[in-house]
Amino acid sequence: MSAPGSSLTSGTEIGTELFEQTRTVDRARLVRYAGASGDFNPIHWNERFATEVGLPGVIAHGMLTMGLAGAVLTDWLGDPARLVSYGCRFTRPVVVPDPGEVEVSVRAVVGALDVEAGTARVDLTVSVEGRTVLGKAQALVRLA
Amino acid sequence: MVDLSRVGAVFTGTAPYVISRAKIAEFADTVGATSPLHHVPEAAVEAGYRDVVAPPTFAVVIAQRAESEYIADPASGIDFSRVVHGSESFTYVRPLVAGDVLSTTVHVDSLTERAGISMVTTRTEITDDGGAAVATVVSTLAVRGEAG
Repeated sequence: MSAPGSSLTSGTEIGTELFEQTRTVDRARLVRYAGASGDFNPIHWNERFATEVGLPGVIAHGMLTMGLAGAVLTDWLGDPARLVSYGCRFTRPVVVPDPGEVEVSVRAVVGALDVEAGTARVDLTVSVEGRTVLGKAQALVRLA
Repeated sequence: MVDLSRVGAVFTGTAPYVISRAKIAEFADTVGATSPLHHVPEAAVEAGYRDVVAPPTFAVVIAQRAESEYIADPASGIDFSRVVHGSESFTYVRPLVAGDVLSTTVHVDSLTERAGISMVTTRTEITDDGGAAVATVVSTLAVRGEAG
């Protein structure tokens, strides 16, 4: 199996852009994520509830946004075992319109290399309409 | 109000979680993880795994289930309707695969309060049925105070 991620090696330069991809999120995906994850907080599916607690509308689960970005990365890497760690902060809510959908952009850049340990830090910029929604989204991955 | 005295508490009362192929496929579809390793057992075996592999954030399902032993307990003082997810991180010894029987230990690592916001940090250690470490999940929740 030859994934594009086999290009990430000890010879890769810091600052190299690995990929930029987009994913779309609509209300149906939120409902499906609620079921798949077991997180049934109504702010992720009930407009009336979301606005009553002061949100601009129904918002995506932070873990869905993190999950979408993580899946883009592991699909790119090829082997999920190459992912050593992955973390982020949830800095801005992603409002999901109805009708319609929102486009989430995921861009990955090599932030650091540790050739001795055989790992790279991949910095993910996850954004909606040009504004980042995850803070310090970083993954430590094994070099190919 | 969040009971700040519970820092250091440990919870082990959640029954083991058995990962199924169906749950992995459902979760993978939802987060857009398209690798055959999540969907096709033969592809996973060929790549050296015992069975299909969970997407990277699947461990949150297991961690949140375990964290609820602490968070949903009224003694924690956490009003879940005032909770916002602050941050999350995963560290893996190996990927989770279908058939894993996983036990959890939840540690309350940090409880702080500033300007009416309580920050609750838990660390969930996930181990397999042989007792070997599989993954660590650290989660921080922000809880708005009554006045907020």
